[in-house]
Amino acid sequence: MRTFRRLLAACLLVVALPSQAALQIFACEPEWASLSEELGGEKVKIYSATTAKQDVHSIQARPSLIARMRKADLVICTGAELEAGWLPLLLQRASNRKVQPGQPGYFMAAEQVERLDVPQVLDRSMGDIHSGGNPHIHLDPHRLQKIAKSLAQRLTQIDTTNKTYYQNRLNDFQTRWQIAIQRWQQQAEPLKGLTVVAHHKDWRYLLDWLGMQEVATLEPKPGLPPNPSHLAGLKKQMDKQRATMILRTGYQQARPSEWLSDKTGIPAVQLPYTVGGSNAASDLFGLFEDTLALMLKAINQ
Amino acid sequence: MNKAFQLCAAALAVCAYSSIATAQQADNSMNPAISMVLQGQYADYKQDPEAYELPGFMLGGEAGLAEAGFGIGHGELVISSNIDDMYFGKLTLAIAEHEGATETELEEAYIETLGLGSGLTVKAGRFFSSVGYLNNQHTHAWDFVDAPLVYRGLFGNQLIDDGIQLRWLAPTDIFFQVGVEIGRGERFPAGGASDEGKGSKALFIELGGDVGSSHSWQLGLSHWSAEVADRQSGGDVHDGGAAEIPTFTGDSDITALDIVWKWAPDGNYSQRNFKLQFEYFKRDEDGNVNLENSGPPIEMTSYKGEQTGWYAQAIYQFMTQWRVGVRYDSLEADNTGSDVDVLSEAGLDNKGHKPERSSLMIDYAHSEFSLVRLQFNHDESYENTDNQIYLQYVVSLGAHGAHQF
Repeated sequence: MRTFRRLLAACLLVVALPSQAALQIFACEPEWASLSEELGGEKVKIYSATTAKQDVHSIQARPSLIARMRKADLVICTGAELEAGWLPLLLQRASNRKVQPGQPGYFMAAEQVERLDVPQVLDRSMGDIHSGGNPHIHLDPHRLQKIAKSLAQRLTQIDTTNKTYYQNRLNDFQTRWQIAIQRWQQQAEPLKGLTVVAHHKDWRYLLDWLGMQEVATLEPKPGLPPNPSHLAGLKKQMDKQRATMILRTGYQQARPSEWLSDKTGIPAVQLPYTVGGSNAASDLFGLFEDTLALMLKAINQ
Repeated sequence: MNKAFQLCAAALAVCAYSSIATAQQADNSMNPAISMVLQGQYADYKQDPEAYELPGFMLGGEAGLAEAGFGIGHGELVISSNIDDMYFGKLTLAIAEHEGATETELEEAYIETLGLGSGLTVKAGRFFSSVGYLNNQHTHAWDFVDAPLVYRGLFGNQLIDDGIQLRWLAPTDIFFQVGVEIGRGERFPAGGASDEGKGSKALFIELGGDVGSSHSWQLGLSHWSAEVADRQSGGDVHDGGAAEIPTFTGDSDITALDIVWKWAPDGNYSQRNFKLQFEYFKRDEDGNVNLENSGPPIEMTSYKGEQTGWYAQAIYQFMTQWRVGVRYDSLEADNTGSDVDVLSEAGLDNKGHKPERSSLMIDYAHSEFSLVRLQFNHDESYENTDNQIYLQYVVSLGAHGAHQF
């Protein structure tokens, strides 16, 4: 019992540490880390829980993530149940009241915008669908712009002393982003009306923005891995109605899309999906530039 | 028992209520997360599972083997929610068939703070102790059908107590957590709720981190102690009389070490990943063992025991949906006392045997909500070597559960 008390006393002593100057941000995904960087600049210190090489649906609630969330002033995640398998556990174990749901330190990007494909009927036989709609919102630059605005407000709310700093960063970002959107839309003109096959419904918002259409997925149902009979069915479907490309992320298996590409001659394209997903996608601007460049290259082949 | 049924009925009422979704959206939106786990298995043994023993260990809790043939395992009803901005609450009801009767057991019923500040958390109620690594994971999250032998031998599968836990998470990049628990000490392997209902205590330290983006690890050290009064374990019936029940009173101390290491290429767990897990436990006990209902006079012995055990397991997910695993268990008991016969009656004679078991398993998870598992054990728990085959399913319905590291 004496050892208990000593340890406890030691712990309580260490608690009284001075708080760091920079705002500590825990971002669930690299896109939110990058957006925080754009808006927070030198006033924030960002930790990204995942990388572009990881499937965010199946992240382990690792000790290192719990430790990082413990120190966070602000947690930025996608929400809409994308992180349902690990985020609730981190929140519960991080012992950090500032970032609990409902607190200013809890920011869910998907809650700031309208989601597509909100299911009318919810049943697990339909696969791993999310009641809040498709959560892969970050690939629509207009939604991203809206999220940027909300995030800047949130930063201001948490760190009022740097209000003008965040406001200036937001204005600067909005200006550059607006110009970029115009340019991208012009570049993407040839993509309009084209159809694609996707590994998973990751591209819903990108395709919606570009006026493109997803006609099939390699996954038989959301969250279930591609299987031979489903792929054979897709080959038949493509023989009748050919799509222009087969899209996948870097963390998904290459084999199913390569197989279908091989059988049909439709180019299989690996897109960066998020910041860090390719060398060129080093920030949000690079992410969209590279995504469009790769898609345009695929149709010009 | 009655209360447990009432709770169960209340929970089901909540379930039913939540399905009337559209009409009462406003009332329903505050409903807690509800999930159910269903398990079932087919078991095949070479030996009679009723004859199972672990020489040198007084068995209790849920230490027995599943019945031969078809059986439904442990069903679970889990209800959890934030209570307000201060507390989180969770209830787990275990529903199992036992000798022809359906039994409901309150497995967890606790509240937990959502951050008191300074990294402190308090948990109160009935909960899985944080001693060891596997102890606070639900049976449906286990990688094998059965508990490691050391958990079976020391805890009757899992250490659960009513009490309070205080833990502190350090504000460091490396995960460092320390915690203490004080429990009632009524449930196996404690007993008697001594010290006016504060009979058990635990201390745990956990460390963890990442190495690069592909490797993660966790290390735990823990200690549990209890002043045990009248801990009973399974008894033998002689000549049609009342069962002689071995009953221990004295001090019990357990020290544990656990190590977990996980790997996935670039930290992407969805296709291939690997987990290595090792736990070591040592228990020291000092006191007396009586054989209740014996005599008169009641047969008794002094008892000084040292029991150690460890297991190591490796699980490899070689492709999406498919995993294989191996596990090896080893136990050793060294018990002494004034009356060797009584020790033997109490199951504390190791009979010159060191229990061992080797297990192999393969499982298929169609989605993250369902799993089918085939397992083979070569079990040398006691002198009659057993070969055990299990075919099991584990599924979860309802709210999306999150799994710990």
